[in-house]
Amino acid sequence: MKTSNRPLSPHIQVYKMPLSAKLSILHRLTGLALSLGAVVLVYWLFSLAYMSDVAVSLHVLFASTIGKLVLIAWTFAFFYHFCNGIRHLFWDVGKGFEMDDVNRSGVIAVLAALVLTAITWVVGA
Amino acid sequence: MAEFSLPKNSKITKGKYIKAQGATNVRKLKVYRWDPDTGDNPRTDTYEIDMDSCGPMVLDALIKVKNEIDTTLTFRRSCREGICGSCAMNIDGTNTLACTKSMRDCKDTVSIYPLPHMDVIKDLVPDMSHFYAQYASVQPWIQTDSVPLPDTERLQSIEDREKLDGLYECILCACCQTSCPSYWWNGDRYLGPAVLLQSYRFLADSRDEYTGERLEDLEDPFKVFRCHTIMNCTNTCPKGLNPGKAIGEIKKLIAERHAL
Repeated sequence: MKTSNRPLSPHIQVYKMPLSAKLSILHRLTGLALSLGAVVLVYWLFSLAYMSDVAVSLHVLFASTIGKLVLIAWTFAFFYHFCNGIRHLFWDVGKGFEMDDVNRSGVIAVLAALVLTAITWVVGA
Repeated sequence: MAEFSLPKNSKITKGKYIKAQGATNVRKLKVYRWDPDTGDNPRTDTYEIDMDSCGPMVLDALIKVKNEIDTTLTFRRSCREGICGSCAMNIDGTNTLACTKSMRDCKDTVSIYPLPHMDVIKDLVPDMSHFYAQYASVQPWIQTDSVPLPDTERLQSIEDREKLDGLYECILCACCQTSCPSYWWNGDRYLGPAVLLQSYRFLADSRDEYTGERLEDLEDPFKVFRCHTIMNCTNTCPKGLNPGKAIGEIKKLIAERHAL
């Protein structure tokens, strides 16, 4: 019910987000990156089958420094979303809701994602 | 739909700076102000406080401002001991009760805003009517069909009573409710952490006989399931309760109901 020209009190402008909230935002963003990346992945596979000239230029792009950085970021997005997804599965069965556990599992998810990304790129190279 | 920026009439402008005369032990209070009687946008006024003549809590400092510096400053307060929930506000970026928040635990300049993403009535006083309507919608009272014997109470085992610990202590201050980004974006249809904790308080009560009806009512894409376990609620609760866990328990009960 609008009774007057009441202002809306500030929210993200003033709220100090705790770690759990930041990691939740990261989950959203990595999910977004994975969706966009999936389109690129399909385009790349499609080009391999039907458009060899495009496939060659994509290969050059992926081999460049910027291309590699994007791919590393995408790999991290995949592993973080995966690890944090497991965290969500624990919550879904009612476990790990104490604040200490929430913070600990969050740090573990980030570290695990970093390690898995590193392993992927070291082993892959 | 999420609207990240503030509406035009809500953008905060720079307000006044009021110095304390002859004070040596000075702290500053930066306070959100909005006067419904002018057409002006909200502003933040900064008050210098002489801590040598001020109580230890943020509420003491606010009362000092109202008593000695600016009588127009408006905020809710009552019990000054963390049981009424009136003085819930955003202090240094986190929702809490001004009466139990020590000035010593704040930054040198304490930033004080109303509870986030609420319609402001005046200064630090938000309109809570939507929150209370949502609270009423979960029917927060024990409901039964069975008729007890006239000379007995509805007894509960010690174990069943313990299930209500961490739930019955909620004072409905709305700190958690208004800390939740999901509630900011979908507060019209998402019930929010405080209301869901209250809902779970009656789901968990062995004396209540309407668990099925309650779960049926909650089963909806928005009422419960806009919770994404962001956990701002549990982080901010000034009573140390865990609304995030209570919502997790509700989600589990709904899932288990379908597994049968």
